[in-house]
Amino acid sequence: MINNLHSRRGFLKGTVLATGGLVLAVQLPRMGRATGPASSSEEAAFTPNAFVKIDESGITLIMPHTEVGQGIYTSSAMLMAEELELRLDQLKVEAAPPDLSKYMDPILYDQATGGSTSTRSDWMRLRQAAATARIMLVGAAAARWRVDPAQCRVHEGTIYHDASNQSSTYYDIAAEAAKLPVPADVPLKDPSQFKVIGTRAKRLDTPGKVNGSVVYGMDIRVPGMKYATLAISPVTGGRFTKMDEAAARAVKGVLDIVTADNAAIAVIGEHMWAAKQGLDALNIEWDAGENGAVTVDTIVAKMDQVSQQPGVVIRDENKAVDVIANAPTKLSAIYRSPFLSHSPMEPLNCTLHIQNDRAEVWVGTQVPVRTQKAVADITGLPVEKVTVNNQLMGGAFGRRLDVDTIELAAKLLKDIRYPVKLVWTREQDMTHDYYRPYYYDRVAAGLDKDGRLIGRTHRVTGSSIFARWAPAAFKNGIDPDAVDCASETPYDEEAVFADYVRDEPAGVNTSWWRGVGASHNLFVVESFVDEMATATKQDPLEFRRKMLTKNPRALAVLNLAAEKAGWGQALPPGRGKGISLQVAFGSYLAHILEIEITDEKEVRLLRSVIAVDCGVVINPDTVVAQMEGGVIFGLSSAMFNQVTFTDGAVDQTNFDTYRVLRINEAPKVEVYQIKSGEAPGGVGEAGTAAAAGALANAIFAATGKRIRSLPLAEALG
Amino acid sequence: MKTITINGKTHEVDVPDDMPLLWVLRDVLGMTGTKYGCGIAQCGACTVLIDDMAVRSCQTTMDMIDAQQITTIEGVGETENGRKVQTAWLEKEVVQCGYCQSGQIMSATALLNTNAKPTDSDIDEAMAGNICRCGTYVRIRDAIHTAAA
Repeated sequence: MINNLHSRRGFLKGTVLATGGLVLAVQLPRMGRATGPASSSEEAAFTPNAFVKIDESGITLIMPHTEVGQGIYTSSAMLMAEELELRLDQLKVEAAPPDLSKYMDPILYDQATGGSTSTRSDWMRLRQAAATARIMLVGAAAARWRVDPAQCRVHEGTIYHDASNQSSTYYDIAAEAAKLPVPADVPLKDPSQFKVIGTRAKRLDTPGKVNGSVVYGMDIRVPGMKYATLAISPVTGGRFTKMDEAAARAVKGVLDIVTADNAAIAVIGEHMWAAKQGLDALNIEWDAGENGAVTVDTIVAKMDQVSQQPGVVIRDENKAVDVIANAPTKLSAIYRSPFLSHSPMEPLNCTLHIQNDRAEVWVGTQVPVRTQKAVADITGLPVEKVTVNNQLMGGAFGRRLDVDTIELAAKLLKDIRYPVKLVWTREQDMTHDYYRPYYYDRVAAGLDKDGRLIGRTHRVTGSSIFARWAPAAFKNGIDPDAVDCASETPYDEEAVFADYVRDEPAGVNTSWWRGVGASHNLFVVESFVDEMATATKQDPLEFRRKMLTKNPRALAVLNLAAEKAGWGQALPPGRGKGISLQVAFGSYLAHILEIEITDEKEVRLLRSVIAVDCGVVINPDTVVAQMEGGVIFGLSSAMFNQVTFTDGAVDQTNFDTYRVLRINEAPKVEVYQIKSGEAPGGVGEAGTAAAAGALANAIFAATGKRIRSLPLAEALG
Repeated sequence: MKTITINGKTHEVDVPDDMPLLWVLRDVLGMTGTKYGCGIAQCGACTVLIDDMAVRSCQTTMDMIDAQQITTIEGVGETENGRKVQTAWLEKEVVQCGYCQSGQIMSATALLNTNAKPTDSDIDEAMAGNICRCGTYVRIRDAIHTAAA
């Protein structure tokens, strides 16, 4: 460490690499929402983050967030290229190692990628890190040439002093730059000067994804590596009682059989086929244990019961219950949202090489620090002896925010001293997911004689992911995610009562799923808003518009979507359009979906029109891609998906029983963006959260049938 | 020992007759571009070409293969249609997580091998066996039209 100093903006330091390069670390103050997990670790707030590395291999952005397909490697590189005056192709991107002190997401308070926070978290800090580096590099060049830094200019990674006809690349001056004092208050470019931000940049990670050369966790190959696959008790808490080890060992290519907690067995072989054949030959018998009688019906019956009792109050303004009781028009309803599986295209996997004094793991994870700790805890090794090689992910949708799989891999392989790639079959993956929680919502509303919403109540019943995943964020019995977009809506509201009943389902693990709390609550709220319009004979668009007097950004996206979707135009019989409006993840989004009911009573998705205002846009094409993909992901589940249980075991085992929207079933998607100078909002989850409500409302428009339980296609039949 | 021809190159492999080509490619030959997604021919991630026809390598066992030419994602760019599809995929920025895209590209190439100007319904028919969880279908359709242009 050469220099450090404190400034209002934070603590900065430059570090000279052993190779003579410059690593610039920048620490910035906390940001985040008051309701988030933020308050959990005040003391961790002022430790440094290191993002820029310049050495003989080039200019590298050390990526604090992970690439799950959302395009963050490219968007973050664009932020850095902007302030370092680089072309995007001059930057390399490298996954950050596990290091909470440097790479903590300031909204999530973990080194984690989720909740559409990446751009919101990195928008300022990556630009500041890059601008600081540029100023130091220019300062070093100016000092070498004995000229005024203000007389130097930078173009594509080279510093020029035109008057003396001198120039230097960043690399040539990096070691000298690292010795300079770090500037305290770094000016960032004025947005009018942006050359990279806001352009349609080509993604950095895609060329290798079209020619088979990209390496996901599933594709890792380590010298001496063997292959394993596993069987986990079909029922949570169950145990194996009997297996035929001799038969498995007789399979050619089978090397070892390992177990964990009497609840999981892995067979290791020369290749996946040998391991799989060996596992089949084991013919395992299971004792289901205490959850052997669980079904979705038993879970939902309990939720119905507990949801009749008051929950923890989230919001209580102006006696909403009394207002509704006295309202000329009152309505109430129960909405149900099922357990959902993530089922990313890349099945779960983890490659581990455990040795006596160290361990190495190769895995695609959204939480590298938790991954390192999981392996350390199970093996008994110190964390610094566990190397995490984070890999590109073939999707995650929240599944790779948990490390249960990595813990299990470490338990199974802790006595094996050669590297093993452990692969979950699709069946094991789907039946041992940490599912999107089942939610049971009770809602009520009162409207006055002019059809104006005067009171609303909303009780969310469901498991708390925060209570398990980040207990510090689960304060006073409130899970901020479970009620996101239920307690607060974009609309003008005077009397609101919202409460939350925590109910943990027996034998089911629950976790984050794309769109998180908003994806479930927006289905409920936006469907119910349509019910209010219907009950008072108002157009769903006009009804919403009237309630947006204090929310111009929400009104603007709604108007834009309505115009582009041709709202109000006559439709042929059997067709309908449905609206969903949201303010979530810091972004404003309106979705209007047009559907058709076929003669066979099937839903055909025709056209999705999305208007989005997500503040400053880094890569407009990535926003479009996230909207297209997000809404299709959400519609897929809203149409078809639910995870159910029989005798404690999951009924859906593969894509034949967990139906995914296919190309012939996907709607056209049109995305319209509103230009904005506001701070960036998240986009990865937004489209998903906008799907189910628009679909339910479109089905109502087409059929007059109100569906309050997902999946919709099944409910319609 | 069995001899198979992949991307124009012959390989000798010593594996069971009932072993799916998928695992031979991935775990024996180290050609990991072909992906495991479901193992039951529901997702299409493992699609390869056998004599220009798209097949699911998870369901193609070694005893089903004789002297045919196998083409995988690693080699499809050497064919005219494969190269056009890969180029269109990049031009349209189809890819998100990318895990299904090897299979999508192989299915799209097989489509163009038999149909130089596919319509939307031709695309639906040829591509409906390939799942994309990221939902890149809008762009896949667009890119196939571009590749065929």
